[in-house]
Amino acid sequence: MSTSQAPLIPAPGDTRRRPLVVMRSVSKMFSSGTLALSDMSLTVEGGEFVSLLGPSGCGKSTALRIIAGLGDVSTGTIDWPSSRINSKGLPEGDISFVFQEPTLMPWQTVFGNVYLPLKLRGVSKSAAREEIMNTLATVGLADFADAYPRELSGGMKMRVSIARALVTKPKLLLMDEPFAALDEITRQKLNDDVLRLWRETGITVIFVTHSVFESAYLSNRIVVMKARPGRVHADFPLKTSMSRDAHYRTSEDYRQACEKVSNMLIDAIGGEEH
Amino acid sequence: MSDHASAFVPPKTGFFARNRDTLLRTLIPICVVIFLVLLWQFIITVNSIPQYILPGPLAVANSLYNDWGTLSPALWVTTQITMQALALALIGGVGIAIFLVQSKWIETAFYPITVILQVTPIVAIAPLILIYAPTTQVALLICAFLVAFFPILSNMVQGLKSVDHNLLNLYDLYGASRWQTLLYLKLPSSLPYFMTGLRIGGGLALIAAVVAEFAAGSAGAGSGLAFRLLESQYRLNIPRLFAALVLLSLLGVVIFAITSFISWFFLHRWHESSLKREN
Repeated sequence: MSTSQAPLIPAPGDTRRRPLVVMRSVSKMFSSGTLALSDMSLTVEGGEFVSLLGPSGCGKSTALRIIAGLGDVSTGTIDWPSSRINSKGLPEGDISFVFQEPTLMPWQTVFGNVYLPLKLRGVSKSAAREEIMNTLATVGLADFADAYPRELSGGMKMRVSIARALVTKPKLLLMDEPFAALDEITRQKLNDDVLRLWRETGITVIFVTHSVFESAYLSNRIVVMKARPGRVHADFPLKTSMSRDAHYRTSEDYRQACEKVSNMLIDAIGGEEH
Repeated sequence: MSDHASAFVPPKTGFFARNRDTLLRTLIPICVVIFLVLLWQFIITVNSIPQYILPGPLAVANSLYNDWGTLSPALWVTTQITMQALALALIGGVGIAIFLVQSKWIETAFYPITVILQVTPIVAIAPLILIYAPTTQVALLICAFLVAFFPILSNMVQGLKSVDHNLLNLYDLYGASRWQTLLYLKLPSSLPYFMTGLRIGGGLALIAAVVAEFAAGSAGAGSGLAFRLLESQYRLNIPRLFAALVLLSLLGVVIFAITSFISWFFLHRWHESSLKREN
């Protein structure tokens, strides 16, 4: 293992490497009678970058929403061993969510949108200003604080959405196919940005995607899911000998990772009863 | 002419050149109105139509000037009733809308009542309201309120229910209270719907104020323009009837202009409806 690998996967004994969220035998039945998740167990440790990958309808978004507390589990439990939980059983302020759409308030400026999570906590605008401007700088939008969402491109709106998710300094960032609607070049840039932020902040990321290439590029662990009912098909780490940057995209390591992930996904889809 | 001549046209300077579009957009309608008024006067004069059938614009202007002492207090009364009714309709419409969307059961239980209030013709319930209301003014106010508040209510209900679901999820995720969600998300998000309700409600408030006064048959010093209209008709003072009509039209135009401006003011920075298409 090269030295550049060290910050990517925390060594055993690292304080970050503790279970952050533990799903035990979680099932989710919708009121329509559809079983979206069946007996899903998953432990995510601090500092990991986990991709949930699978065909559409495999319940990966449902799993993410359940972890975020958007919807109850039908059976099973979700525990947060290293967080303080509130009355709803959620780790208060420890999780952030990035939706597939930027989900910005059009009547608020970029600044106002990023201020929202702090405003809801009762932080005054003046007290939050420095934090907001710093966060906007990390996503490269420091000059756009006073712009309205409609003045921004799709990629920039997504950056605002990411800045809003990061401004509370959460432990866990949940991303639900965040770049699916963007063009390929913007998507690659944002992938690099997310990797950089992950490396710099030590945040834990659970990333839902249906793209083999995206998951192989970003994650150090991949959970492949199977549909009808949604469940875990395969769960394996992705180790590479080099840091992930522009060079990684053309490397043999990346090609092998893509092949491995792709095979697992084909396996998951092939195993379905049609 | 050289080939290069068309390549670059220097921007024109001077007030008229810069504001050409705006000037034209203002001048053209004004010219059309002036033309129609002149045509009206011309037809009256050529055919020597008597004033008690159709007065000319000059006679109407004359009446506006001479009867201003009678007409202006009536205008003021109608304006007051309209504005008060609109204000009450805004408070009531928004308030009831917020109440209705609190739960599906509340909406199921109470929405039909608001519909019944709306679909019953105001002229039909005006006599009843006149019996119960302490004064005619209050009765007129109630009538105008009942008519104006429904578009505001139904637009507001629609707006409050059209909030982006993911934004609602986001507010839940950050542990927003009911009050915070209403104040920071639902109300701003329904602002475009509210503005539509305001513009429709403003127009309807004036119509209802006039119709209610017809129905109430109020008379005397404290009456509005509708009474002056009827009174002029009974006395065959047709120029004054037209003068009252002109004042009502102007009042309607002013209300429309004010509500449109309010709508533009609050939405132009972010809403699509106030955005120029760039193609």
